[in-house]
This record gives sequence, structure tokens and C-alpha cells, in this order.
Amino acid sequence: MQLHRFHGGLKLPSHKAESTERPLRVLGVPQTLYVPLSQHIGEPTEPLVQPGDRVEKGQRIGQAKDYIAAHVHAPSSGRVVAIAEHPIPHPSGLSAPCIVIETDAQDHWGDTGMPAWPDWRDREARALRERVRDAGIVGLGGAAFPTAVKLNPRPGKPIHTLVVNGAECEPYITCDDLLMQTHPEAVLEGARIVAHLLGAEQVLFAIEDNKPEALRRLTEALARLEAEAQGSDQAQANASAGTRSEAPSQHRDASIQLVAIPSRYPTGGERQLIHVLTGREVPSAGLPADLGIICHNPGTLKAVRDAVLHGRPLISRIVTVTGPGVREPRNVEALIGTPFADLIVAAGGYAEGVDRLVMGGPMMGFAIHDDAVPVIKGSNCLLVTRPQDTARSGAVLPCIRCGECTRVCPANLLPQQLYWFAKSKNFDTIQDYGLFDCIECGCCAQVCPSNIPLVQYYRFGKQEIWNREKEREKADLARVRFEFRQERQEREEREKAERLARKKAMLAKKEPGSAAETEPGAPAASGTGAAADPKAAIADAIERARARKAAQAADADADAGTGPESESGSRTETGAGSDTGARPETRPGAGAPPASDNGAASDTPVRRPAAVAPAEKSGG
Amino acid sequence: MVETLLAILAIAGLAVAFGLVLGYSAQRFRVEGDPIAEQVDALLPQTQCGQCSFPGCRPYAEAIAAGEADINLCPPGGEATVLALADLLGRDPKPLEVEVRDKAIAVIDEQTCIGCTLCIQACPVDAILGAAKQMHTVIESECTGCELCLEPCPVDCIDMVPVHQGLAEWRWAQPTPSLIERPRAGPVIVPQKQRESA
Repeated sequence: MQLHRFHGGLKLPSHKAESTERPLRVLGVPQTLYVPLSQHIGEPTEPLVQPGDRVEKGQRIGQAKDYIAAHVHAPSSGRVVAIAEHPIPHPSGLSAPCIVIETDAQDHWGDTGMPAWPDWRDREARALRERVRDAGIVGLGGAAFPTAVKLNPRPGKPIHTLVVNGAECEPYITCDDLLMQTHPEAVLEGARIVAHLLGAEQVLFAIEDNKPEALRRLTEALARLEAEAQGSDQAQANASAGTRSEAPSQHRDASIQLVAIPSRYPTGGERQLIHVLTGREVPSAGLPADLGIICHNPGTLKAVRDAVLHGRPLISRIVTVTGPGVREPRNVEALIGTPFADLIVAAGGYAEGVDRLVMGGPMMGFAIHDDAVPVIKGSNCLLVTRPQDTARSGAVLPCIRCGECTRVCPANLLPQQLYWFAKSKNFDTIQDYGLFDCIECGCCAQVCPSNIPLVQYYRFGKQEIWNREKEREKADLARVRFEFRQERQEREEREKAERLARKKAMLAKKEPGSAAETEPGAPAASGTGAAADPKAAIADAIERARARKAAQAADADADAGTGPESESGSRTETGAGSDTGARPETRPGAGAPPASDNGAASDTPVRRPAAVAPAEKSGG
Repeated sequence: MVETLLAILAIAGLAVAFGLVLGYSAQRFRVEGDPIAEQVDALLPQTQCGQCSFPGCRPYAEAIAAGEADINLCPPGGEATVLALADLLGRDPKPLEVEVRDKAIAVIDEQTCIGCTLCIQACPVDAILGAAKQMHTVIESECTGCELCLEPCPVDCIDMVPVHQGLAEWRWAQPTPSLIERPRAGPVIVPQKQRESA
């Protein structure tokens, strides 16, 4: 197979032999498990259990509410003692809600609601995807992106190739290596299931050439699986010799090709690996699915296989515990929720002078603040270092524009430019320079002769940009609400003015005929109508007097009878204007809350005279 | 003589023709409102807090567009807004006049609230829920932290509570610049050799 080479990258000392020398150790069930509610990219899950509840192994205890989220399952049986904040592996060192389970050492499997599907070849993609979602599987390479989402290609983008990313290019990490050595068949079966689910015709299984043992075991396992498949094919052919149909070919598994690729950091990056295998570049802001390719980690594939073939959710994983800071570096298979301290013990305990715990590898990992944090789905490696292993070669100096970083950037970016723009917070330009194509591999910082922590600048820049977008959205929402409020207030003002105008018009129409007679009766009538509200009554009286004056004036200069309607209408409009000016004095006295519920409150004083007026007329 | 006249006529003719075209397009493609004010308004944080001394973000935006107000009067927007405005208007960025406070939202002490509705009327974004003589509460996600509801409250039952800094809000900090790029306020530890060369 023709392999290609991506730009840049580094040849790093691998440090893998330390942890591969010793066999995989399966850790027992710890006394207390701390299962974080959020172990994936996306919204946290909601707990399905309460303190005091008994849980069985494999029981779903955290429900994903979002599409981009993954359920959480009980790693062992026991009793929930609390749902409380507990430190989790996160660069912030902050705590997050965890379900704390006191285990009962029985490790009793409960009903997971997921029957085993040995006949997965007859299942629909949809059902298999649902199974992957039910099992709470996320990408085990470290990013912890919900796998079911990744397995759901967008319509119109058929997937022809599944790439299994067994590169594991970062120094020290060997968990995938050990997995491929110990469970080669499971990984290959997982690859077949996923290829079947995606409808992919071929599987490219890439392994860096520094893992000859894993490659050998996989080759053997593949040969075995193929022999089995041929055997069963033949048996099937013999059984249905007469009526040979196309059925067997329909169910034929995707062909798996093992590819040894040269070790070079970061070949394990999805985009870099695809480039190495196919020579094609994933477009910026695009996904591998745009090329018809989907990339998965071997650990994820084994988790898929366990979920489909055995109906088991993702409750454990292999973690590499390594570095100069532990006495016996090794790989352990630990339940999710096991405290890191237990892993350290399994690896022979701390060596002298340990000062730093890193989750992930030396290039992309982050320091954690406490060894009480639990193993989560994305914990691939626990690196323990001493000061002499991490000390930088000197103080941070200014950039001298040597261009070394550009030479090693596997994403073909200009790291020194990104650095300048991040430092000066020029976030528009930095996006033009492709900040979001940066995979944060750390090659640039590794070669920087000025020891500039470049990746930190890029992370800062990315988050600041996301942050600003969020704030902009919030500001837009506030603007919409503010403008709506203003519009509503204007409308209320207008409606009030209109109501007043209408009332004026009505009064003006009535007054000309009965002005003289009603005058003495008016106080009595309004007195009965608004006895409870003397101040409003006074206001009414003032209004009536004013309206009458306006009406009389109208009477005087208009020839009575023919056109008072239109004229008085226009006149009362001005009257209403002056009236609203007088209103605020009367309103607080009326005891009604002003402003926001203005409309309703001002109804009382405005409508009352209108109701009184006809009564007056009929009475007089 | 004739040439001179011709030239004058030609120029005059052109002037009239262009004048007509311009006059027509001024009418035909008239833009309602002030597009600059519109753009400025889009950059403001819309807290409507009035800390800039204008009654809301829109009036402030209009004042900036008219050249009547400085661009550094918006504390909720912070440095980012000043920089964005400076970029848009081609003015020099200035430091903010008032110190920027941490983001906070209003929280009503529901035991003390007497249901007077005064805060509801003060809230520019309708983020307070309640009715006369009923307990009020703030809709957390809509509150912009403008503090306009604090003053009218007769029983002082509204507090500004800093936004909870959980995992979702956590951000990578900007790395501190290298030693010799920092202003030399205190003792700077730089190896002797480098100090000499710098």
C-alpha cells in the first residue's frame, strides 16, 4: 500500500517500552467509585439514581439528555451513598457532580436492557447505533466524543472506509498497544461491526511500526477470523447448495487491511493519519466524513463489540500508568470511577521526588491536581513525572521568528503568527490564519528555542473566541427583549391616548344637548359611582369640566348639528394630549401600580366616567 | 471663443447630468437610520445599564456614531468592546474609565420581597417575573447584570451575585508574557548573560 507523508511532525523518544514490559493487570473493584456525570464532550448527564439506592453492575445511572452526550453506567454493584461534587480529571482542577458508589464486592451484573446480539449482521444500522448509544460509548482515544453521533453520517455522505487508529503516536502511552496485544479478535470484530453499521467496504487498520507485537497478534487474529468466516461460508454454501443466492455476499464482512505506518508524532491525529493512508487532506472546517472516511480508536471498537455481542455497557478501560514517577510502569484495566491513587498503587507506588500527575501524554495531556480524581472514559494514560523530567531548558524569551514551529506544524499553519495574534488578542485575524485548524499537538512548543508555551496561547485564543460568540448571542437576545419592551411601552402609551380620545369624543357628542341640566346632578352621580375612590372622582370631575369647556367652544364656532363629530374629534385629540400631562398626579393616588401594567391600572379611572355619563343622561 | 463656450457648456452639462444621477440615487437608495450607529450598537453588550450616562445601548451607539461620546464608557463590554469599537471606527483605543466588575446577576431575596413591582418596571429586558403583591424572581438566563433594579427596590432585597464559575465557565487563562517582555516593575530574574545582551 502506498503511504504518504504529512507536513511537519516530530520524531520523539517513544518511552513505550517501560510500560509494555509488564503484562496487563486487571484491577479489582475499589471500595468507593466516583463516577462523574459528565465524561464526554457535551452536556452532563442527569442522575437516574438517588443516594441510598442499590445499583447493579451495568445499570444506567446517568441519562444523556442531549443528542451529543453519552449515558453513564454503574461500573460495579453496590449502594449509591451520595451524588456530590468531587474532583475530576480536568485542567481546571475543579470539582464536578459525581455519583459515589459504595461497592459490595459482589460485582453483580444487573439487567442492562441490552440482550446479546450474536446475529449483529442481520441488525439494522439504526438499531446498532442505538445500542452504541445505550452503552454510553465515547471515543476512547482521549477526546471522549460520543461514538453514536460519529457513527451517524450525514445524509448524502456515504462512508466507504473505516480507519482504525492504532497509531498511538504520543510518547509513553501504550494502552491501545496492550489492548491490541491482549484482545486482537475483539478489536477486529468491533471493526467489522462498525464497518457493517456504516456500510463501509474496507477497513484500514493503521498501526505504528514501533508496535511489532501488536501487529503480529492482529495479523494472526485476522487470519483466524478469516479462516472461520471461510469455514462458515463453505458450510452455508454446502447447506444451501441447490438454491445459491446472493445472501452470503450481502453479509460478507468488510475486508480488513493491516497497515504498518512509520512512527512519527502526531500520526495519530485523525487528519494526519488519513493523509498518511490516502494522501488526501480533510478540508479545513470539514470532517473526515466529507472524504467518506471515519476514524475510530481500537478501544472504542472493542467497546462497541462488547456492547453488541455481549450487551455490556462501557464501564472499564485500559489505562497506562507510566513515567519516571512510578516504580513499576504498566497498563491496568480499571473500572470507570476508580481513583487514580489505586492505579498508582497497582503500578508500584510513587518514586522519590514526584511532583506532577498528567492525564494523557506528555505532549497533549494536562496536569491534574489531586490523585483522588477518578478514571473516566477518556483517561488513556496517567503520566507521573519528577521535576527533572519536565523542567524546561530556560526562561520564556521573546519570539525570534526562527520559523522552526512552522517547519514542524502538521496542520500547515504559521504558529508564530498565531502566537502574535493571540498575544495581542487580534481574534479576527487569528481566525484568518486558521487557528481552528490547530490540533494542539504541541510540536511547535516542543521545538521553540524561546520556550514559548505556544499551545497555551492557542487554547486561550480558541476559548476567548467561543466566549465572545456566546456573549454576542446573549447580547442579541437582550437587544431583542429590550426592543420588544420599548415597543410594548409605546403601544401602551398609544392605546391609553386613544382611549382618552375616544372618551372625549363621546363626552363631546353628549354634552352639547344636556350641558346645563346635568351640571348640578354631576357631583352626586359621580359620588355614588366612585365613592370608594374620592381622588379618582375628583380627577373625573376635572376631566368632565375640561371636556365640557372643549365642547362649548366647539359649539360656539361650529354650526350645531351638522359636523361636530369630525371637528370635536380632532379637538379632543389635543385635549387628550394635555390630559395625559395631568394624569400622573392623579394616578398614584388611585393606588394602582404604574408603568408595566399601566394598561390595566389606568382602565379604572378612564372608564368610569364613560359609564357614569350615560347614567347621568338617562337620569336627566 | 466658441471653444471656451463649448468647454463651459460641456462641463456644465456633465455637472447637471451627474447631479441628476446623484440626486436620484440619493432618493432611490436612501438608507433609513444611521448605519454606523447600527454597527456600533451590534458591538455593545446590550445590558442597557446606563453606566455610559446614556439611557441604553442604542442612544450610546448613536452618540458614538455622531462623534459626541467616547468609546471607552462601557464597563460591561470591557476591553474587548473598546478594542472592537476602535477597530470599527478607526479611533485609538483608550483604557476604560471605570473599573470592570466581575459578571454578576441580580437575585431577589424572595423572603424579603414585598411585591411592589418597582424592579419589574426598572428592568430593561423584562427579566423579572412577578405581579403586584406577589413574590418576584429574576430569570437568570435573561438577566444582563445592569443593576438598574437595585435602586428602586424599597426593601433592598436584590443582591448582585457573581456568576457561578463552574466547569462550563472555566477558561484557559492567557499565558503570562515572557520575563523580559513584562514591564519591569519588580526584580526581574533574567540570567546575567541575557540581561547584558538585551
